[in-house]
Parts: sequence; structure tokens; C-alpha cells
Amino acid sequence: MNSTSTIIEHAPTGTPPEPHPRKPDYLNDGYGLKSWLTTHDHKRIALLYLICITFFFFVGGWAATMMRLQLLTPQGNLVTSETYNRLFTLHGVMMVWFFLIPAVPTVLGNFLLPLMIGARDVAFPRLNLLSWYIFVFGGLFTMYATISGGVDTGWTFYTPYSTTYANGHVIAMASGIFITGFSSIFTGLNFIVTTHTMRAPGMHWFRLPLFVWSLYATSLILVLATPVIAITLGLIALERFAGVGVFDPKLGGDPLLFQHLFWFYSHPAVYIMILPGMGVVSEMITCFSRKCIFGYKFVAYSSIAIAILGFIVWGHHMFVASQSIYAGLVFSFLSFLVSIPSAIKVFNWTATLYKGRIYFHTPMLYALGFIGLFTIGGLTGLFLATLAVDMHVHGTYFVIAHFHYIMVGGMVMAYLGGLHYWWPKISGRMYNEKLAQFSAAIIFVGFNLTFFPQFILGYLGMPRRYPYYPPQWQVFHVLSTAGASVLAVGYLLPLCYLTWSFFFGRHAPKNPWNASGLEWNETDSPPTRTNFDKVPIVTTKAYNYPYPMTSNE
Amino acid sequence: MNPPIASLPFVPEQASTVAPQVDAIYWGLVAISAVITLGLFAVITCFLIRYRSTSKADRTMERLNPTYLEVTWTVIPMIIFIGLFVWGAIVFAEASKPPPGALPIYIVGVQWYWDVRHENGRREIGDLHVPVGRPVQLILTSADVIHDYFIPAFRTKRDVVPGRYTTVWFTATKPGKYRLFCNQYCGTKHSQMDGYVYAMRPEAYQAWLDAPNGTGQATLAQTGERLFRQYSCSGCHGANSGVHAPSLDGLYGHDVPLQGGGFVNADEQYLRDSILRPGTQIVAGYKPIMPNFQGQISEQNVIALIAYIKSLSSTPNSVAAQPPDQAMPPSP
Repeated sequence: MNSTSTIIEHAPTGTPPEPHPRKPDYLNDGYGLKSWLTTHDHKRIALLYLICITFFFFVGGWAATMMRLQLLTPQGNLVTSETYNRLFTLHGVMMVWFFLIPAVPTVLGNFLLPLMIGARDVAFPRLNLLSWYIFVFGGLFTMYATISGGVDTGWTFYTPYSTTYANGHVIAMASGIFITGFSSIFTGLNFIVTTHTMRAPGMHWFRLPLFVWSLYATSLILVLATPVIAITLGLIALERFAGVGVFDPKLGGDPLLFQHLFWFYSHPAVYIMILPGMGVVSEMITCFSRKCIFGYKFVAYSSIAIAILGFIVWGHHMFVASQSIYAGLVFSFLSFLVSIPSAIKVFNWTATLYKGRIYFHTPMLYALGFIGLFTIGGLTGLFLATLAVDMHVHGTYFVIAHFHYIMVGGMVMAYLGGLHYWWPKISGRMYNEKLAQFSAAIIFVGFNLTFFPQFILGYLGMPRRYPYYPPQWQVFHVLSTAGASVLAVGYLLPLCYLTWSFFFGRHAPKNPWNASGLEWNETDSPPTRTNFDKVPIVTTKAYNYPYPMTSNE
Repeated sequence: MNPPIASLPFVPEQASTVAPQVDAIYWGLVAISAVITLGLFAVITCFLIRYRSTSKADRTMERLNPTYLEVTWTVIPMIIFIGLFVWGAIVFAEASKPPPGALPIYIVGVQWYWDVRHENGRREIGDLHVPVGRPVQLILTSADVIHDYFIPAFRTKRDVVPGRYTTVWFTATKPGKYRLFCNQYCGTKHSQMDGYVYAMRPEAYQAWLDAPNGTGQATLAQTGERLFRQYSCSGCHGANSGVHAPSLDGLYGHDVPLQGGGFVNADEQYLRDSILRPGTQIVAGYKPIMPNFQGQISEQNVIALIAYIKSLSSTPNSVAAQPPDQAMPPSP
């Protein structure tokens, strides 16, 4: 076999001396670029996604770094407004569609869903590969739009600015997102069918790990909501390209219609981002407190409740957009309601810690960080759901801080935690635990330093998407930029030590965390091509940990 | 004017009647969030210390049914949240409906400045002058894309949407100079579409209004009257017109019966739509013979026309509300 691919060049067979000849696993199942680019193996596809998503994350992160540097001084000495507007658009588009939405489902979900339910692969392995190709194609399209001049509409593409007034490659970027949407839909469809039809004997619904429940809820949203954004972006292209009046009042359209359509997708999309993260946290909390989750059914059903309620709160993005005040009342009330299932999850995680045996390995640090930051993010969401307060903080840095607490503090923490938790299974290697704990701490500190001052800035009235600002706010921006540089270090560290460990790390045992679950107990690290030597038969509930020790059992 | 950086304010100045109400809810939310967050963190920290892997704490527990706990921590937040919802909704509802008699000021958002017209014809670009102690209603529209009129010290904002009128109202309480921002991304110079609100004592405001702005100024309604003739509106809607068109005297603020049933209140939005797209809402008993003015009259001139039509309402005869006779109009 020739070794043209960078992955294969460092394939495990070429690593320092091993005590035993390596058993066949999915990583050494075939060599060469072709064996990766034509693979139907869900685990390899997950790794392909991992590489792309990491790339897009650092592209989006680079844009954020430039923005934070610009905001270091009130008069903004780094870039012009034109460039700044392109930077925040790039940051939003990359992070939302090419990192936050796909990251947990396509990397961790793809890798783990079949392993967790005792299947040899997803239901449609070829469709799975196709959705990766579509994702890459959509990503390249978007990168093209960026490199060839960029787009300055913001990731929200509000009309009529995006359709009539913006210069830049709006159609190209919208096409990139449009194409990527199909990847989301295929993945969602694949996961739903897999969960329904591929479960091992005895793995009935209430024995499923909660991560599977959350993936299932996420897939429902992916399949139902993504077509709406596709249609919306299609209409933008139609108006921009052919002058068909849909959104621009000058052409007889309605600009508010766009916002309804956009948020009808984009609010559920927030739950696409956070729900899988919640599932990951449920896995990590139980494992590192050696205790079964408290209130399994409540946590499972709350995922479904979030998925459903998430569809009927979109109007809370439009309280001051000239929407009727009565619509505002309804959406405000529903938005308070959607916070309840999230609160239930937080309380259940807390109760799970009670009388457990708690270990502070890296994934647990991320999980605890998630609970803290998600709580703050969720509670500040209540500020925005409150009509009178939203009248003041809508569209300010308060909103920025709020959704970064959910997206970065929540979702990214969960994703990194999950990556560390399952890394021994994915790579068959262990990373440096001390270094990993250190970078988890750095990320937590850096994150809070970056985004907490933005709550204050927002209430003071600092609007989003401003490259310049009144000088008396500088102190908060300096704090925020300082935090962002700490955060950047925190993100670069795992990139380095995880990559290093993939090739040179200590070999991981089958179940390094003593975790429950089929992926840990019935497969090797890394698993073989077909996951299980023989199909496992499930006889116990999920989270079969020693605790709680009940006195009357 | 600006407070020294060392004082590090956490809330902007309160300069309108609604500001203290919004701040009260805000601090209420901060307090509730702090209690929940700190309480939760305290409990988690206790568990983490007490049940750390090396501790010998007793870990046996009664088998318990989670349902009671689940119901407790579902219902209690729900009650708190509903309370917050009601509180926020009441203040918002009040802040959304301008009181009768509010002083109207017309603002058109243009990439990238604010074009402000006061009733007496005084025009300003970018900034806004308002009197304190009197409700002021901003009637906002956009000539191009969506903007947003945001005055942090007044705790209020509203999107400025092309094709429709939106409204912000406030009563300034403290004379001073306050920042205003465009708060909806509107293109390259979005961040430079800002200015100051000057809240002035009524006498000072009046003096400012009366200071002539260069040429001898007509009031907004007078400008509207001139445009009313210029665009030949008077040819049909004028008092001596032979064309069968609805009279505009006393129209503003009254319900208008529509062709095909139903009524519509003749507010600014209705007047605007009827000028630009007269075919959409036909007054009962009239033929849709009025030409379309979409794209022919600037937003600023539409506002002047509306101000003129509104000025016709000071005479209290409500013609529009009465069913007109069914006579055929002469051929146009």
C-alpha cells in the first residue's frame, strides 16, 4: 500500500515500538487516501468530519480574533468598517453552519451512534459518505465566496439589505449554506432511521444512552427545519438575481417575512447546536460520578420537549422588529416555557452528583464547566425573553454575550469534553491528562473573561456589529479582548496535544474510564471495522454504574 | 458629560419615564439569576467536595421516586417565570402604545443618517431634539433597508422598516445629551449612523424649534399642502373637485369602511399605503381610479403629505366615516 495520505503516513504501524502486534481496527483497515475517501465506515467518516470541522472552526476563530483586536481601541485601528462587516459575517457563517450545527452530530454522533446502540454501521452508510462530500462542497463554496471578496450581510442575511443593497457574493455564500443544508438533512435522516431500525436485541428505547436521545431529537429538528432555510435562501437568490419581489417593499415584498422564515429555522437551529451537547454532558456526568443519571425519563423527554417547543418561539427575535405586540406577548410566554426543559436537565445533572463517586478527569471538568456556563447563558436568555428588558438589550452586546454563553460556553465545552471523553476510543491513544486539565481550566477562565464584560457593555447600550464605539466603554472591550487571547491559547492547546497523541500517545485500554455503555465494554479501542465481533445483547438499563447504592434493594 | 472611566457605570443614565421601570425588571432578573446561579453552584460544589472519589462519605441512599423532585423543580421555576413574563409584558405594552396627544416627530432612516422633521418644519440630520416632560412619539420609516432607532438612556428602541411606519414613544425626564444608535445592521457605515438626543426644557426646545434653519421655513403641513397640489392630489381630493374621490377632511384617526366589508383605522400607515398603493384598500363606495404613487414620492414627502392630511382633522367633521353616496364618478 502506498502512503499518500498524511493520515496514513503516521499510521499506527509506523509508530514507536509496540508491545504486541497491533490488532486489526478501523484505522488500519485500509491505507491510502482512496481507502479514506471512499470509506463507508461511520467511524472513518466521523474522522473526515473532524478534520473539516476543525479547519472551519479555526477559520471562524481567526475572524473572531481580528474582530477582538479591532475592538481593542474605540476608534478601531486595524481594519475598515467594510472589512469588519465581512469579518463578522464570515465568523457567524463559519461558526454556525460549519461548526456549531454539524460538530457534535457529525463527529461524535457519527462515531458513537452505531457503537452505542450495538449496530455495525448507520442505516445508510453510503448516504453518510455522500453527506460528508456535500458538506465539503458547501464549505468550499462558502470559502470561495469569502476569498473572492466576502459578504457583508451578517450571518442573518436580513432583507432588503441582503437582496437589494449589499455588494459582495451573497448568492455564492447563500448557495454554500444551501448545499450544506442537504448534508444536515441526510445526516438527520440517517440517524433517525438508524435509531429506529438498528438497535441491538434488548436495546429498547429506555435503555438508550441519553446521548442517543439527544441525537434523535436533534435529527428531528434537522430534518424538519433545514428545508425552511433552504427555501429562504433560495428566495433571497431569486430576489437578488431575478428581481422577483418577495422581501423588498420597493418590489412589493415584505421584509418581515424574511425574518419570520429565517428565525423559523434559526431558532430551532440553536437547539440543533445545544441538544447534542446536553447529551454528551449526560454521558460524562454519569461516568465520572459513577452513578446512574437521576430521572432518566425526564432528561430524555426534556430533549424531545425542547425540540418541539423550539419550533414555536422564533418570534422572540422580533419583539422590536415591528411585529404585533400581541405576537410579542405569545412568543415571550413561549420563550419562558422553553427554558423549563433546560432547567430540568440542569437540576437532574446536579442531583446525579449526589452520593456519587466523583472523579475530576478532563471530560468531567468540561461537563462541570458546561453546567456553569449554560446556567448563566440560560438565565440571561430570560432577560431577553422579558419583553420590556428586550426592548433595551435587543441587538446589543448583551445578546452577543448571552448566545456565546450557550454556544461557546455550552456547546463548545460539551464538544471538547466529548472529544476528550471518547478520544481513547476514537484514536486508541491517551492524551496527556495534566495538560488537558490545564487547558480545560484555561478555556473556562478565558471564556468568562471574554464574554462576561459583554453583558455589561450590552446593558450600557453597545450595539452589535460596530467596529467603533464611544471611548468610555473601552475598559470592557479591553477585558474582552484579553479574555479572547487566553481563550485562543485554550483552543490551540488541545489541537496540538490531541493531534500529537493520535500518533504518539500511550495506547488506550478498552475502557479507560470504567464507563458503562456498549461502546466501552463491547468494543476495542479503537474499534474494529465492524465494531462488534458478535452482536451484543442488551440486558440492563443504561448507566449501569455502582451508584446509587440503594439501601433497600 | 461622559462619566470618568474610573466610575465604571453598569447601567446607562435613566432619562425617560420608562427607564426606571425597565431597570427595575432588569435588577429583579439579576437578583433571581444570582440566587439561582449561586445556589446551584453552592450545591454542586458541596457535592463535588463531599463525594469526591477519595472521600469516605456514606453513599447509601433510600430508593426514591424522582417524580416529586422533578415536579418541584418544574413548577417553582414556572411560577417565577410566569411572574417575570407578566411584569415585562405590562411595561412593554405601556411602552408600545403612545398616549394621545404625544408630540409627533417624523424620522426617515437613510443609509447612513437620520432625516428628522419636526411639525413646524424644522429639519435636522442625525441628531434629535426633544422637550422633557412631554410624551414624544417618533414616527419612523426607512428609505432603504431596515434600521433601528435606539436610545439607551431612554431604554427603548424600535426597528425602522422600509414600507411601514413604526413608532417609539417616550417622555424624557432629564435635560441632557444622550447617545443614539442605529441598532440594526444596515451596511458599510452602520456604526456611523449614530448621533445625540438633546433633551431640552420646553422653553429651550421651543426656542430651538423657532430658530430658522436658513431659509424661511414652512411647517410640515404647509409643505404637505404644497405637495398636495404639486402631485395633483387636490385635483380629485380637493373641495371643489368634480371627481368622485373620498374627502380627506377629518379622515385621520377615524375608521374607514372598506370595499368588500370591514373597517380600517386611518392611521399613518393607512394614509401611506393609500398614497403609494391605493389599490390595496379601497374605500367603500368608490372606484379604484387613483394612480399608483409607489416609487414617485420620497419617504420625506409622503410624511409631509400625511402631516397635511392630519392637519385637516383639526376641524371636527368626520366625512370618511359616513357612507358616501353611490353616484358614479365622472370619467377620469
